[in-house]
Formats: sequence, structure tokens, C-alpha cells
Amino acid sequence: MNIYSVRALYFYEMARFFRTLFQSIASPVISTSLYFIVFGSAVASRMGEIEGISYGAFIVPGLVMLSILTESISNASFGIYMPRFSGTIYEILSAPISAFETVLGYVGAAATKSVLLGAVILLTARLFVDYHIEHPIWMISFLVLTSVTFSLLGFIIGVWADGFEKLQVVPLLIITPLTFLGGSFYSIHMLPPFWRKVTLFNPVVYLVSGFRWSFYGVSDVGVEQSLAMTALFLFICLIVVWMIFKTGHKIKA
Amino acid sequence: MEKDVISTQSLNKTYASGFRALDNIHLNIYRGEIFALLGPNGAGKTTLINIICGIVNATSGSVKAFGYDIKKEYRSARSLIGLVPQELTTDMFEKVWDTVKFSRNLFGKPNDDALIEKILKDLSLWDKRNSRIMTLSGGMKRRVMMAKALSHQPDILFLDEPSAGVDVELRRDMWNMVRHLRKTGVTIILTTHYIEEAQEMADRIGVINKGKLILVEEKNELMKKLGKRQLILTLKKPLHVDLEDTPLNISADRLELTYSFDSNAEETGIAPLLKRLNDQGIELKDLRTKESSLEEIFVKLVGRNS
Repeated sequence: MNIYSVRALYFYEMARFFRTLFQSIASPVISTSLYFIVFGSAVASRMGEIEGISYGAFIVPGLVMLSILTESISNASFGIYMPRFSGTIYEILSAPISAFETVLGYVGAAATKSVLLGAVILLTARLFVDYHIEHPIWMISFLVLTSVTFSLLGFIIGVWADGFEKLQVVPLLIITPLTFLGGSFYSIHMLPPFWRKVTLFNPVVYLVSGFRWSFYGVSDVGVEQSLAMTALFLFICLIVVWMIFKTGHKIKA
Repeated sequence: MEKDVISTQSLNKTYASGFRALDNIHLNIYRGEIFALLGPNGAGKTTLINIICGIVNATSGSVKAFGYDIKKEYRSARSLIGLVPQELTTDMFEKVWDTVKFSRNLFGKPNDDALIEKILKDLSLWDKRNSRIMTLSGGMKRRVMMAKALSHQPDILFLDEPSAGVDVELRRDMWNMVRHLRKTGVTIILTTHYIEEAQEMADRIGVINKGKLILVEEKNELMKKLGKRQLILTLKKPLHVDLEDTPLNISADRLELTYSFDSNAEETGIAPLLKRLNDQGIELKDLRTKESSLEEIFVKLVGRNS
């Protein structure tokens, strides 16, 4: 393991995060606060409780998940796309660093940013609603696993994209709708049976459900299923990244 | 100790578009030399460098650096190579010190502030160490690229068009830096459009055209073999006699005679020519010799292979 190289990539990416701290932190925090004001305060007063949890507290895991998914993808995709776009990737390709180490540096940094962001959003949520975390170890595990998995997906998107607009396509047109329809703001048990079955094809349901279980011990699907789906998605992303480096697809001519 | 630091065997590269950038390249670079790779635009110079450095995949063939296969033993091979690319590609928001330090770490080396300080001082970048790269001039940015490439103390340094877009003073500084590096044992491979640069610095020259390496030769041998020497005679009065039977070029005003000869030949023909001019009462005002430049040889070689 070329530890100096991994550290160099990791801290380089983290430095970029701290250079743009306001955009990196303030933007998701402000939008999450707005969600809490609209859903947590205005709507919650008319919603009552879901599965014994106040609506404001019920949406906390979903909102964290919404930010984690989109930010992991954005951070990782931008991280690898910029060197490709500017040409600075020559230095990484010519360095004595393996594909695994490169991914570890980039994805590690993107996932770290997401975990930090998740923590900041949880602290922000505390200002609006009272929530508790029943299984803190599982909560952290889900948070880290999801951050890593979606950072890997972001890395893949950053390699696939050949323009800045493509970087936005997946987070905006796929991930955000799937998260909204994945039980972030409701329990899928509230849906009619047909739509409940359809929703089960949405992978985000499993992520939100597992994450919510770690908070309140209640879930839409079994926690084992949530873990299995996350692990499966992680595995698929790893295979795709491995193939990218094996073939040099879009990285090397 | 192995003589070759870079060795390519049957190296081919065909891009996805079908463009054949390299055609069966066999090339050996010797330890401690300055090797200049010359060729017109699109000849394959950068592709060759990029394959050796691991940036582009070869279609077939093999490359070894210090005996290490660049694919199978890429860690060992790449850690010995530094590259200054043609384009000024670096993160413009970073500070000079940080980007050079990043490059050193990226190549698996621990921090060495004293070394980075020395490199920056040698390249007259010390005063700019805390400046963001975007605030530097083009010449300064090129120095930063050089500092990044030197930060991990490579044994082989590739300079892809190092003088492109830099002023004369900086070009001279770079040449001095390159000579200094060679003295410390670094092997240098440079591509250049400035043939004057190759003529000034290179020990050996390689000429590449349309993906084919058409010649590799010691610079002095090349100049001797392919270069022509000319004797130029300036007359006091316009030539009044017929010298059509001699291999002389006579200027339109008949005041200058040019005689081409092979300086390696036993008989250059100069003595009989001067005797004949003297016998015919032709008085000389001036006499000088001229050697072909590398540029003339290059143009001739590439023209012949086009």
C-alpha cells in the first residue's frame, strides 16, 4: 500500500472541501433547515405520529439520507471529473499508485465529507425536533456504508461524464426522485398495496428504512434486507470501478 | 549497471478513431544522456512519452524503465520517472508550495521541506511559494510544472515541449537547469519544436514522423553524416570567366561562389578549386565555411519520409 499517495489524494480532496466550506456545508444545512421548517413544523402539526414517532422526528433519517446520497455523488463525481477535465489526471496516471489506492483516496475523501455533512445535519435537526438514536453503532455503520457506496457511484459518474451537465443528471434526475419516493417523508405502509409493491423496487427504500431503524427501531422493510441491498449495491459499484481501471475506460486513451 | 534506462520493443499505438500514432517503435535511451525527440506536429512524440509514463495504453509492444516492465512493475518503473507535460495542467487554485508537496507525496515519498525549498529556489520560485498558481505568469507556471516533476527526485525526466511559450531568458534558465540535472545523473528525454534547443543540448537525436522512428543518432555523428559543409567565396569583382564545369553555385550578381563538399572525404577538392581561381586571376574578397544546421537536416529527413 502506497500510503503517502493515498494520503496525498485524500488530503488534497479534503483541502478542496475546506476551501469551499461555505458551499459544502451551508447549502445542505440551509436546505435541510427549510425542510424542517416546512415539513417538521408546518406539516407535522397536522400529521400526528407515524408508528409512534412524531412526524418531525420521523423525517430526520430520510432527510439525512437525502443529503448524504446527493452530496456523496456530487463530491466524488466532481473530484474525479475535474482532473479529467483540466488534464491534471496525467499526474495521477503517471504516479506509482494502484487503482485501489486511487479510489481509496478519492472515495475516502468524498465519503468523509458526507459523514461530516450527515453529522452537521443531525445537529441542525436537533434545533428543530427532538429525536433519539436507538442503535448508534448501526446508525454510524449505515451512514458510513451509504456514504462509501454512493461515493463510489459518484466516482463512476465522474468517469462516465463528458460534460458538467452530465454530473448533475444522475443526482437530480434519478437520486433525488428516488429518495423522495423512497419513504424519506412517509412510511411505505401508508401507500396503497400496489404502490407499496412498486416502491420495493426502489433501492433507496432499503437505505432509508435501515437508517430509520437505527434511530427508532422501526422500519418499512427488514433491517437484514436493508443491509443486504446496501452491500449488493456496494459490490456492484466496486465491480464497475474495477472494470473502469482494468480497461482504462475514459481514463486512459 | 545496465546501460539502457528506457527500452521500447515493437511499440504500437492505434487510437479508437483508427489513427495509428506509433508504428513499431524500437528505442533505447542510455543512462545519463540528453535525448531529443524531434518530429512535426502529430508525429507521435507525446503519445510515445505518455505510454512510457503510463498515461496512455499501448496497443502492443513493451516498455521497460530501468529494466522494470511499465505494466507489470509499474510502481518501480513510475517512481523513477518524472514528467513535465506540454500543457500547463495543474490546479490553479493551489499554492505553489502545496502543489509541489502534493506531487512528492503522490509519488510515494514522505515530506521533505528542505528538498522542496531547494527545488523552488533553483527554479526561482521561492518568492512565489505562497502564491496561488493562477496568479503566476505562463513562464512561472512552467517552472512550477518542472518543480512538481522534480519533487520526487526522478532518475528519468521527460520534458514535453519544455520551451513552448516561454521567453528567451527562461529558456536559457531551463537549459541550464537541464544541464545541471544531467550532471547529477538524471537522464533527460525532451521533445521540442525548437531544433536550436536540441542542437544546443542533446547528446543523441531521434526523429519521428507519422508514428515511425526514422532515425536515432548521436547528434555530432548526425551532423557529420547528413550535414553538408559549404565553402563560400566572395569575389572582389563579378565573375568574368566560365566555370560551368565546376560544381559551384554562382550567385545572380556573380559575386559569390558556393562550393559544397564532404568534410570527411580525403580529397575535398578545395585546394584545386582555389588554384584554378588564382590561375584565372579571380581575386577573393572573403572566404568562409558554413555547416548545415540540425534544422536543415531535420527538414530534409522529414521531407524525405513524408
